[in-house]
Amino acid sequence: MSEEATAANQSVFNPFNIVAGVIVLIGIVLTVLRFTGGLGAITNLSNNNPWGIWISFDLLCGVALAAGGYTTSAACYLFGMKKYHSAVRPAILTAFLGYALVVLALHYDVGRPWRLPYPILYQQGTTSVLFEVGLCVFLYLNVLLIEYSPAALEWLGLNTVRKIVVKLTLVLTIFGVILSTMHQSSLGALFLIAPSKVHPLWYSTYLPVFFFISSIFAGLSMVIFESTLSHHYFHDKMDKTHLAESSHVTFGFAKAACWIMAGYFTMKVFDLSMDNDWHYLGTSYGIWYLAELLGFVALPCFLYAVGVRDKNIKLIKWTAFWTVLGIIVNRFNVSLVAFNWQLPSSERYFPHWMEIGITVFLITVFVIVFRFIVRRMPIFYEHPDYKGSH
Amino acid sequence: MEPVFFTLQDFFTFSKGITYVLMGIALVAMVAMWNFLVGRDEKHWPE
Amino acid sequence: MSISRRKFLGWMGAAGVSLTVGQPALAAGNKHFTGYPESFGVLHDTTRCIGCRKCEEACNKVNELPAPERPFDDLTVLDNKRRTDAGSYTVVNRYDDIEGVDGPVYRKIQCNHCLEPACASACFVRAFKKTEVGAVTYDASVCVGCRYCMIACPFNIPAYEYNEALTPRIMKCTMCYPRLMEGKLPGCVEICPKEALTFGKRYDLITIARERIRKFPDQYVDHIYGEHEMGGASWLYVSGVPFNALGMREDLGVIAASQFTSGALASVPVIAGLWPVLLTGIYAVSKRKDKIAEQEKRQAIKATLAKASADAEAKVAKALEQADLKNKRLIEVEVKKAVEQAKANNAEEGS
Ligand code: SF4
Ligand code: SF4
Ligand code: SF4
Repeated sequence: MSEEATAANQSVFNPFNIVAGVIVLIGIVLTVLRFTGGLGAITNLSNNNPWGIWISFDLLCGVALAAGGYTTSAACYLFGMKKYHSAVRPAILTAFLGYALVVLALHYDVGRPWRLPYPILYQQGTTSVLFEVGLCVFLYLNVLLIEYSPAALEWLGLNTVRKIVVKLTLVLTIFGVILSTMHQSSLGALFLIAPSKVHPLWYSTYLPVFFFISSIFAGLSMVIFESTLSHHYFHDKMDKTHLAESSHVTFGFAKAACWIMAGYFTMKVFDLSMDNDWHYLGTSYGIWYLAELLGFVALPCFLYAVGVRDKNIKLIKWTAFWTVLGIIVNRFNVSLVAFNWQLPSSERYFPHWMEIGITVFLITVFVIVFRFIVRRMPIFYEHPDYKGSH
Repeated sequence: MEPVFFTLQDFFTFSKGITYVLMGIALVAMVAMWNFLVGRDEKHWPE
Repeated sequence: MSISRRKFLGWMGAAGVSLTVGQPALAAGNKHFTGYPESFGVLHDTTRCIGCRKCEEACNKVNELPAPERPFDDLTVLDNKRRTDAGSYTVVNRYDDIEGVDGPVYRKIQCNHCLEPACASACFVRAFKKTEVGAVTYDASVCVGCRYCMIACPFNIPAYEYNEALTPRIMKCTMCYPRLMEGKLPGCVEICPKEALTFGKRYDLITIARERIRKFPDQYVDHIYGEHEMGGASWLYVSGVPFNALGMREDLGVIAASQFTSGALASVPVIAGLWPVLLTGIYAVSKRKDKIAEQEKRQAIKATLAKASADAEAKVAKALEQADLKNKRLIEVEVKKAVEQAKANNAEEGS
C-alpha cells in the first residue's frame, strides 16, 4: 500500500538503488571471475593461508551476528519474556537471511560448491569439527526458514499452513537453541586442531565456550543495533506494539548483554591464568589482545551498565554498535591475526580488494532482500488478520 | 564382536558416527517423551 | 644400509597384495591405539642429503605433475626456502650458516604420513585415509575444497590448486601409494643417490635410526623426529643439527591432532542430550510462574474489588451521615461514579 506511495515520489534512480546497483554489477563480474579463474584469480589466499576474510567475516562474523535469532526467540518463548515478542520477527528474519548468506558465501569459498551436501549425504567425516558446523548450520537454516515462514504465509494468505507452523514454535525454538549452541561453539572449536598455528593468547581450550558466549551478546547487541537502523529506515512499517515494546527490548537486551559480557570477560581472564599466558601481554600481540579485551569487551560492558542505570538509550545504541564491532575484531583476531603468527610477515595474508568486493556484494544482497521483505511482509507489525494470535 | 581399530582416527570416525545417529534419534524421542509427560496437563503449548 | 629391493618385495609378498595386517600385540581394548603394526615408513637422514633435487624430479615424474618453471638440475632454486605446492609434492631446502656446522644442510619436505593425521581428522568428507601400509591417501572424488585440512596440518603440507576454477584438488605426497601396491619403492626413495632416504617397516626404521645415533653420537642429535611428534609419523628424520635449524618445529608436542578437538566434539552430545531437558525445564518454570501470577492477580482483583465496594458503601454512609441535605445528592453521584469505575477496571483486567 505505502509501497505505491513511495514508488510514486521516488524514481528508480534514488541513491540507494544506484549504489546497490553498482555494487551488484561489480559483484556479478567478480563472481564470473571467481568461477572461471578459480580462487587464485580474485583472492590472496595461499597454501599457508588457506582461509581469508570469506571465512573470517562471512562465516565467523556472519554466524555470530545472526545469533539474534536464537537469543530473541529463546528470551520470548522459553524464558517467558513476552514483552520481547515484537522483536522476535525482525530477529528471526535477520538470522534467516544471515545464514542464507553465509551459505551463499561458502559457495564462493569452497572449491566445488555443488559438493557442499557431500559431508551430510554422501560420506560423513564425523571426526571433523567442520562436519559438526556444516550439519548444524544446514539444520538450523531449515529451522529458521520454518520459523520465519509465518510472516511469508500471512503475506500470501495461506492460513492453514501457517497454523501448523505456529504450533511448532516451541519445538523449533528449543531445537534452534540446541543447534546454535552447537555450531556457534564449534566455530571456535575449528581452530582447536591447530595449536601450533594460533597465537597462545587466543588459542585456548575454551575457544568453543568463548565463541558461544560471545555469540549471545553479539546477537543481543545486533538486535539493538539493527532496530536502531530499522527505526530510521522503516519507521512507517512499525505498528504501535512494536514501537512501544522497542525501548523495553533495548533496555532488557542491554542489561542481558552487559551481564553476559561480564561473565565472558571473567572467563577470558581465567583463561589467561589457566594457560599462564601472562608473559605474552607485554609483547605487541599482547597489547592488541588487551585492546580487544579492554576496549571491546570491558568497555562496552561498562557502558551498557551505565546506559541501563541512566536510562540512556542513545548510549546503549552506540554501545551496541561498538560491541558488534568488537565481535568482528575478535573473530578476525582468532582466524587471521593470531593464525600463522609465527610466519614472517611476507608470508602472512592480507585480503585482495576483490575478496572484499565479494563480501560487500553479499552484504548488499542481504540489505536488498531484507528491504524487499520488510516492505511487504508483516515483520515490524502484526498482520491485521492475525492480531494477537501468536 | 567389537571391531578392531588400529588408529584413534578410525575409532573416532566409528564411535562419533554412531553417536551422531543416536543424537538424531534422541532429539526426536525427547519431543515425544515430553508430549507424553504433559499429555494430560491442561493445554501447555503456547498459542 | 637401505632396504634392498628384493627384501622389500619379499615383505610385500608376505603381506599379500591386500596387505592383511597382523593382530596387534595388545588385546584390542580400543583405548590405546598404536597404529598399523606392520606399516611402512621412510627415514630421511639429513646428514647424507646433498640437495641434488633428484627426489623432486623423480616425484614429479612418477606422479605426472606439471613440468616445473625451472629445471630440476638448477640448484639456485635452493636459494629460497620453499614449501610443497600444487605442482610439487616434495621440495628440498638448503639451510646455511647453522651454528657448529660448516657448509649447508639439506632437508627434504613432503607429507609426513602421520600415524594420526590432522588432515584426516579435519576433513568433513573423510577424503584422507591412513592406510595399512602407512600412506595417508587423498580422494579427490569427494573433496569439497574447504581447505580445512590445510588449516589443520601442523607441517603445512597440503597444497591447493588455487588456479583451478571448478575442479581444484588438494595436492600432497601419497607416499607413492599406487607404486607401493605394485610392489615398487616410492619414486624419491628409489632415486636417491646417497641413500639419504630409507624405506622400510616403521619399527625397523626406528631401530636403524637409533643404531645410527648410538654408533655416531657426535654426528647426530639424539632425537628421531617423527617418532612421537603429533602422535608420530611414518616419515622419520635424523639430523646432525637441531631440527628447528632445518625449519622443523620442535614445539608441536606429542599429542595427536584429533585429541585437540575430541574434547569439544565430546561436548556436542552433552548439548544434544541435556539442552532439551534444561530448555524445556526453563520453559515449564516460566510458564508455571505465569500461571501462578495470573491466579494471584485474579484473586487480588477480587479481593480489592470486594474491599472497594465495601469501602465505598461505608464512605457513602459516613458522608451521608455528616453532610447536610444540600450536598447529599452530589456525594451520591460521586460515589456512584467511583464504584462504576472500579467495576469497569475489574472487567478490563479480568479479560
Ligand atoms: S603431514 Fe599433514 S598432510 Fe601429511 S598426514 Fe600429516 S597432517 Fe596429513
Ligand atoms: S579441502 Fe577437501 S580434503 Fe581438505 S578438508 Fe576440505 S574436503 Fe577434506
Ligand atoms: S613418496 Fe612418492 S609422492 Fe611422496 S615425495 Fe616421494 S616420490 Fe613424491
